[in-house]
Amino acid sequence: MADMTGSGADFRTRLQTWLPKLVLAPSLAIMLIFVYGFIAFTIYLSFTDSRMLPSFNWVGWQNYERLFRIREWNIAMRNLAIFATLYIGISTVIGLALAIFLDQKIRAEGALRTIYLYPMALSFIVTGTAWKWFLDPAIGLQNTMQMWGWESFTFTWIKDREMAIYTVVIAAVWQSSGFVMAMFLAGLRGIDNEILRAAQIDGASNWNLYRRIILPQLRPAFLSAFVILSHLAIKSYDLVIALTGGGPGNATALPATFMYSYTFTRNQMGIGASSAVIMLLTIAAIMVPYLYAELREKK
Amino acid sequence: MAVPSPDSPVRTARITRVFIYLFLLLFALFYLLPFGIMLINSVKPLSEITGGNMIALPREWTIQPWLSAWSTAQIGVQPTGLRPYFINSMMMAFPAVILSTMVGALNGYVLTKWRFRGDTIIFGLLLFSCFIPFQIVLIPMARILGILQMAGTTQGLIMVHFVYGIGFTTLYFRNYYAAFPTELVRAAQIDGAGFFQIFWRILLPSSGPIIAVSFIWQFTNIWNDFLFGASFASGGAAPMTVALNNLVNSSTGVREYNVHFAGAIMAAGPTLLVYIVAGRYFVRGLMSGSVKG
Repeated sequence: MADMTGSGADFRTRLQTWLPKLVLAPSLAIMLIFVYGFIAFTIYLSFTDSRMLPSFNWVGWQNYERLFRIREWNIAMRNLAIFATLYIGISTVIGLALAIFLDQKIRAEGALRTIYLYPMALSFIVTGTAWKWFLDPAIGLQNTMQMWGWESFTFTWIKDREMAIYTVVIAAVWQSSGFVMAMFLAGLRGIDNEILRAAQIDGASNWNLYRRIILPQLRPAFLSAFVILSHLAIKSYDLVIALTGGGPGNATALPATFMYSYTFTRNQMGIGASSAVIMLLTIAAIMVPYLYAELREKK
Repeated sequence: MAVPSPDSPVRTARITRVFIYLFLLLFALFYLLPFGIMLINSVKPLSEITGGNMIALPREWTIQPWLSAWSTAQIGVQPTGLRPYFINSMMMAFPAVILSTMVGALNGYVLTKWRFRGDTIIFGLLLFSCFIPFQIVLIPMARILGILQMAGTTQGLIMVHFVYGIGFTTLYFRNYYAAFPTELVRAAQIDGAGFFQIFWRILLPSSGPIIAVSFIWQFTNIWNDFLFGASFASGGAAPMTVALNNLVNSSTGVREYNVHFAGAIMAAGPTLLVYIVAGRYFVRGLMSGSVKG
C-alpha cells in the first residue's frame, strides 16, 4: 500500500500529458468515421451497381461513363458553370462597389450595413419562396408593372426554360452580395491611411488611388470571397428546390439536385454516388490549395 | 468642390456624393423589397393578392393567414400548421448548438495550448470537413441512422448537425485561443493547475465573445439547414425549413399565398431576431469562417 501514493502521483502526471490527446480523440474519431470514412464509402459505392440499396458488386468506371452520357447531368454541369460564373462575378462587383461607397464616411452606415447583410441570416428556402412569388408573372413584378399602366412590360424568366437559371442567379446574388460587401469593408478598414495620404500629396487621383493602391491590397479579400462563393455555388441545393424545383422540366437542375433525385427518388445509387464524387472533387480542387496555403502561412 | 474630410484620406466631390447616396439607397431598396413585400402581403386577404397590386398596402388588414400558417395549414397530409415543425427545429437546434460549441471549445484549447506533433494535420482534416459537399455523406449517413434506429427522428438530426458542426466550432475557438497569451497557461501549470482547471478558470472566463459567435453561427446554420432535414427527417420529425417547403410547394387546392408568406416569415423569425439582436457577432462569425487566421 505504501507505494500506491508514488504510482498515484506518477499516474497523475502521465494522465496530464495524455489528457489533451484524450480530449481531442473523440472528435478525431468522429471526423475519421463520419467525414473521411463516409467519403471512402461513397467513392466505393460509385464503382458498384448499387440501385435502391448499396451493393458491393464492383463495376469499374461504368457509372462515371454513364453519368457523363446522361442529358440531365450535362444540363446540370452547364447550369453550374453559368450559375457559378455569374453568381461569383456579380456578387463580387456589387459587394466591392457597396464596400467602397460605404467607406466614404456615409451617414447611417450602420443601418445600411444591417440592411445589406440581413438576407445572409435567412434560409435559402425563405429566399426562394420570396423570389418565386416576386418573379411569378401572374401576381409578382410583371403584374404590378402592368397594373401601373406599363401594359407591354413582360418578365417571364422563371417560366422560361432558357432564362430560368438566371432567376436562380438573381436570388442567390440577393442573398450573398451583402456578405461579400462585409468582407471587402473589413479589408478596406485594414488599409493604412498614411500610404493613401502620401500618394495624395504626390497628386494621385481617386481613380488611381483605388486602382494602384487600394484594390491590390484587397487581394486576400478577393481570394476569400472567391473561395467561399464558389463552394456555396457548388453546394447550392435548397435555393433551386424552393425557387424552381429544378424546373421548368429540368432546366435549372444543378449537380446537387441531380445527386438527390438519382439517389433517393430514381433509385440509381451508383450514379448518384458518382455524381457526389464529382462534386467533392470540384470543391477539393478549390479548397485544398487554399486551406494548405492558409495553414502554412500560419506556422 | 471637394468636401473636406480630415479623417478619410479619399476626398470626393459633392456631385459624386449625391451619386453614392443614390446608389446605396437603391441597393437598400433591392435588399428590403422581396422580404418587405412578403410582409405586407401576409396581412392581406387572398383576393387582394391575386387581383391586386403587390406593393399596395392592404385595404383590409387580417391576421388570419398568420393563424392559419401557425396552426391549421395543410403540411403534407396533416392540417397541423407549422407549429409542430417550429418546435422540432427548436428541439433539434439547441442541443446540437450546445454540444458542438462545447466540443469545439475543448478542441480549440488543445490545438493551441497543448500542441503536439501532427496537430496542424488534425486541424487541417477538421477544417476541410467544413467545406465538403454534404451529398458525399448522404448515403452512408442514411444507412447509419437506419442501423441506429434514428432515421426520421429529431435525435438523428441532432447527431448529424453535431457531427458536421464540430469543424466550424473548432475553427472559431482555435483562432480565438491562438491570440490568448500562452504564458498565463504555463504559469498556471507551474502553480500545479491541471488541464481542465486551466480551461475552466483561465480560458473560459474570457471566452464570452467567441461563445456568442459559435452559438449564433451554429444556430443560424442548423436552423436554416434543408438538405439534412429533407434527407433524414421528412414526415412528423421534419424541421421548419422542410415543412415550409411542403406548405409552399404542395400542389393540392388553392394556393394561399398569404399563408405561405406568413409561414416563410415564421421560418425566418428566429435567425432574423438573432441577427438583429447580435448582428455584431454574426458578422464576426462570417469573417472567421472565411478568413482563416
